[in-house]
Amino acid sequence: MNWTAIKSIYVFEMTRFFRTFLQSLISPVLSTSLYFVVFGAAIGSRINEVEGVSYAAFIVPGLIMLSVMTQGISNGSFGIYFPKFIGTIYELLSAPVNFLEIVVGYVGAAATKAMFIGIIILITAFFFVDLHIMHPGAMVLFLVLTCVSFSLFGFIIGIWAKNFEQLQLVPLLIVTPLVFLGGSFYSISMLPPVWQAISMFNPVVYLISGFRWAFFGIADVPIGTSLMAIAAFTGLCLLVIGWIFRTGWRIRE
Amino acid sequence: MSTILEIRDLKKSYDGGFEALKGVNLSIEEGEIIALLGPNGAGKTTLISAICGIVMPTSGSVTVAGHDIGTDFRAARTLIGLVPQEVALEPFEKVINTVRFSRGLFGKRGNDPLIESILKRLSLWDKRNNQIKELSGGMKRRVLIAKALAHEPRVLFLDEPTAGVDVELRKDMWEIVADLKADGVTIILTTHYIEEAEAIADRIGVIAKGEILLVEDKDALMQRMGKKELEVQLSAPLDALPASLQSEHVRLGADGDSLIYTYDTRAERTGITKLLSDVAAEGLVLRDVVTRQSSLEDIFVTLVKEDAA
Repeated sequence: MNWTAIKSIYVFEMTRFFRTFLQSLISPVLSTSLYFVVFGAAIGSRINEVEGVSYAAFIVPGLIMLSVMTQGISNGSFGIYFPKFIGTIYELLSAPVNFLEIVVGYVGAAATKAMFIGIIILITAFFFVDLHIMHPGAMVLFLVLTCVSFSLFGFIIGIWAKNFEQLQLVPLLIVTPLVFLGGSFYSISMLPPVWQAISMFNPVVYLISGFRWAFFGIADVPIGTSLMAIAAFTGLCLLVIGWIFRTGWRIRE
Repeated sequence: MSTILEIRDLKKSYDGGFEALKGVNLSIEEGEIIALLGPNGAGKTTLISAICGIVMPTSGSVTVAGHDIGTDFRAARTLIGLVPQEVALEPFEKVINTVRFSRGLFGKRGNDPLIESILKRLSLWDKRNNQIKELSGGMKRRVLIAKALAHEPRVLFLDEPTAGVDVELRKDMWEIVADLKADGVTIILTTHYIEEAEAIADRIGVIAKGEILLVEDKDALMQRMGKKELEVQLSAPLDALPASLQSEHVRLGADGDSLIYTYDTRAERTGITKLLSDVAAEGLVLRDVVTRQSSLEDIFVTLVKEDAA
């Protein structure tokens, strides 16, 4: 492994993040605060507890997941799309690095940024609700896996996208609806049976359920199933990326 | 000198059937400067891209100091530096950081004294903390060169390094190339400017339609294919060439006020003395005498035309 190259890519990407640190920080803190004000304080005060947890606390894992998934995708996709767009990808392709090193560098940085935002939202949440994390180890595991897998997914989108419109297409049209309908703001058990069955086809349900279990010990699906789902998603993304680099699809003509 | 780059039957074809490279063979000696000349779409950039790993070749082999670019790509690519044709740089990054990044990407540990010497040599040291977007076009090209040199390559590819660059900066680039050669770096450059190849290259390769038409020592090429012309300017114009002067080597200038004599400098007798005595015998009065040597550009145009025919 060319660790020096991985470190160079990682540091270069993180420098970009810290260059716009304030924007990166203010935006998620502001939007999370708004969610807490609207859903937690205004609407939540009229909603009974959900499975023994106050509604304001119940939405915390979903809110973190919502941001972490969208941040992972946008960081992962932008990280590799930008060099393609401005042409600096030539340097990456002509360097003595293999696909794994490129992925570890870019996806590692994208996942770190997403995790950073996730942690900031968690800290913000403590200011609004009385929160107790039941399984901190599992919480960190789910957070890390989600950041990595969605950054990998973003990386694929970044390679696939031919323009900025396409870069936004998948996150806007597929990921955001899946995340909103994945139980961020409600328990799947609150839905009618038909919609509960349909929801089981939404992969995000498994992630949010697992993450919520780590907080409160309550879940829509068994924790083992959640872990398997996220492992399968990560594995699938790695397979696709491996294929991309073997064939040079959309990167090497 | 030993061979540092060996290209054997390198082919690149695209899905539509277009063959960008049709079996290129080329050996490059360590420490030389070779200029690849060719019209637009000849395959110059494709050739460089295939060697550097940006384009996947369809078949053939390339070795750099004995390392195959496919099976031993790490060792091969570590020896290569590439300055691309397009100015592609991260606009918000500082000059020094982007050069450090390039070194790290090639697996080399940080070496600030080396980076400093590269930036100073390229007159970029004062701009090291500037964002790239603040630099002029010429400065950006220098940053590309600094990036390519950051990992101390033994072979440097310069893909049209002076395209769209003003005359002064072009001369600067030539000096930089000469310095690099003095350090033992092998340089392969593609160019549209034939005067550039004429000024700095040791060997010339002519490429057209994906094939190498010729690779030859520059001086030998110019001597072999170059022709010399003697123009005898007359005081009074002529209507026709006098019978005593008629020969396949002599023609009348466009306005009839000059005689143009083409001769071979390598011939034992150039025939100039005879021509001038014939002119005197005809009673023609001379105004001036001028000689011209055909340039590499004339040779290049001839070669490409011959290939098209």
